[in-house]
Amino acid sequence: MTITVPFDPVSRSLRNNRRQQTLWGIALCTLFLLAVIFSTWVIGDGGLGPVLSQRNQPPSIAHPFGTDWLGRDMLSRSLHGMSLSLRIGLLAAGISALIGTGLGLAAGTLGGWVDAVITWIIDVFFSLPHLVLLILIAFAVGGGTRGVIIAVALTHWTSLARVIRAEVLQVNSADYVKISRRFGRLPLWIARHHMVPHIIPQLIVGLILLFPHAILHEAALSFIGIGLSPHIPAIGIILAESMRHLSTGYWWLGVMPGLLLLLSVKSFDWLGENMRALLDPKTSQG
Amino acid sequence: MLKGEGLWFRYDTKLPWVVRDQSLAIAPGEVIGLVAPSGYGKTTLGKLLAGYLKPSRGRITLDQQPLPSRGYCPVQLVFQNPELSVNPRWRIDRILREKHPPQQYILDALGIHPGWLTRYPHELSGGELQRVAIARVLNRNTRYLIADEMTAMLDANTQALIWQVILEFARQYDVGIIAISHNQPLLQRICQRDYLVAEQTIVNLVPERQLSI
Amino acid sequence: MLTISNLGIRFTQYDQGLHRKQLTVITDLDLTVQPGELVAVVGASGSGKSLLAHALLGILPENAQLSGTMAFQGEPLTQKRCEALRGKAIALIPQSVGYLDPLMTVGRQVQRVGQLNGLPSRAAKTLTARTFARYELPAHTPKRYPFQLSGGMARRVLVSTAVMTQAQLVIADEPTPGLHPDVVTETLNHLRELAQEGRGVILITHDIEAALQVADRVAVFYAGTTVEIANAQDFTTGNLRHPYTQALWRSLPQNDFVPVSGNQPSPDQLPVGCLYGDRCAWSTAECKQARPELRFVRQGWVRCIHAEG
Repeated sequence: MTITVPFDPVSRSLRNNRRQQTLWGIALCTLFLLAVIFSTWVIGDGGLGPVLSQRNQPPSIAHPFGTDWLGRDMLSRSLHGMSLSLRIGLLAAGISALIGTGLGLAAGTLGGWVDAVITWIIDVFFSLPHLVLLILIAFAVGGGTRGVIIAVALTHWTSLARVIRAEVLQVNSADYVKISRRFGRLPLWIARHHMVPHIIPQLIVGLILLFPHAILHEAALSFIGIGLSPHIPAIGIILAESMRHLSTGYWWLGVMPGLLLLLSVKSFDWLGENMRALLDPKTSQG
Repeated sequence: MLKGEGLWFRYDTKLPWVVRDQSLAIAPGEVIGLVAPSGYGKTTLGKLLAGYLKPSRGRITLDQQPLPSRGYCPVQLVFQNPELSVNPRWRIDRILREKHPPQQYILDALGIHPGWLTRYPHELSGGELQRVAIARVLNRNTRYLIADEMTAMLDANTQALIWQVILEFARQYDVGIIAISHNQPLLQRICQRDYLVAEQTIVNLVPERQLSI
Repeated sequence: MLTISNLGIRFTQYDQGLHRKQLTVITDLDLTVQPGELVAVVGASGSGKSLLAHALLGILPENAQLSGTMAFQGEPLTQKRCEALRGKAIALIPQSVGYLDPLMTVGRQVQRVGQLNGLPSRAAKTLTARTFARYELPAHTPKRYPFQLSGGMARRVLVSTAVMTQAQLVIADEPTPGLHPDVVTETLNHLRELAQEGRGVILITHDIEAALQVADRVAVFYAGTTVEIANAQDFTTGNLRHPYTQALWRSLPQNDFVPVSGNQPSPDQLPVGCLYGDRCAWSTAECKQARPELRFVRQGWVRCIHAEG
């Protein structure tokens, strides 16, 4: 005897279109980040000048992030600082991504001793403590903005290179590439038509996820004084300066810029994860 | 005439021999079968004949010349698993057009629906995909076709359809076919001669018989 | 023991950009399995056979919608029950060693199956050894890794994973992909033994000759629906009911080796009437109007209005 009971149908019409949600997520994150970057041109330098009559005010409607010991509007300072940090981070990460892709492609396609050398370099970089390496390079190059960009660019390419190399190796050993060669196609044609479609998604996602690292490390370097000059209000500088005032109870000097940094970095993270979900055929059908 | 003479192959000097002193010859228009228990190197032999691997010893000649290393190889190998032999990020029509696009009558004979052309490989079933993989090698430039368990993963109907088309194509253009398979009834149907790959030599199993199709 | 009625499975997939389309991969699927019986599910690739196995184990992807009923040993099979029973009362014999953990020795993995079924580790280990001995696997097998197994050994290890579970229902999903005939026969005999022990066995395959070697009944799938459920001997006595089954039988190399042209309908464009209609020699206007019901004809079931008693 069997009991016939209808199966629970999962009602899809009520649930949100997942892909729509993903695209919304990407759009929102992108808008937020662009807003922060371009905020400097929108709000101008107005809030950056010292107004001694407004010193040390906690967050209020007039000054959502409060003011510092010189009466400068913290929101204005934070936005300027974040925008600068973002731009520097993007530049450094961009250079790093180029290095990573180039080396990854070379290692995968050329093989042999080229691959061995590049893999060895990657291993060396992975075995050294990351922050120490950053500091050393920034210091050696003479610090400042230039030092930060060079240091970050030279140290963040390793993960991406590894991923790209693995992807290239995998595609190279695929049956359809071997068949392509037997069809008479040249290596360059194969690289352009078979390999690139596989690498691009990895590259995009890898690049986006590289930015938070670059930005945070720039902030770290500036925080400890090796990076940008203290006169330029990068986020790291702002945080460093706020340390002096924490004990006096002016908590907003550190917390508010810190939250802005957190939110910006997290946006990149969300953006990257959403892009990955969209580009990976396994999850893009959900 | 496609000939393999005194072929030996191993992947590395430290590894055991996979192909041991095998010799084989096939004339245009012939259909021969290659049978052996697992592990006797049938697939490797197929790859050697199609130029995917270079023999450690011995040589392969096509009409007295070595296999061309450039351009479209006149000896083409069709793999068992179609999902691996196409680029998953390419659409079907791009896969078909990779080198020599097949003529429309081949597509029709194989039942390749025009609607498939804009789809991706994962949207087609195994049987449909194998037909696409076969269509792209059925052109005037293919002189010899090596079918490595080509229809082992397909249902009987698709198998019959594919072989019908291939044998007709072979008859029309005098193409030689080597069928690597375990399926005895199938080989009896399509082959004129069977080769058994035994330990040392390829033994001519059954003398010439009429093609029973 | 297992009764499936009118099972339907649909997927929602993204077509271009944000546009979604419905794929109906299984329609009106009916199947029963009794204890001690070996039922073969035969169909072309893309006919929905593997999805049936996934549905029984509760491992369909998230965007799948089910309708119809599945009952196991009298109780309905809900998602929760599937999860509770899989690996215990319902076991799967996977297709290849690729489904095993490549980093663990096979002995440990098979032993783990026993432990997950409630056996203490000592007893599981003994049972593993006994099961391996039953299938004549050499003594060193438990220490081997999956990639070190030869084709035949791998098959026997995969069967062991199911035997360890004392499962009442064993599902073998394409257990003989392109294997040597001797290994195929051996694997099929193992499945036959499992049925003789009183378990129910579902053999999912495209290879009809293999299925006929050991099956009691054969369910023929086409485009996600059951078109015929025949007894094994019906094939050799010529007692086939559905035109597709007859075509499949005729296309074997040992028979006429004649194929029927056309393709299975695509899951996103199923016709209104009979799913086999556009390829069928018996097709009439009536066929195009509605899907036929499963009828009991000549001691078997068939989904065709023209099948005669």
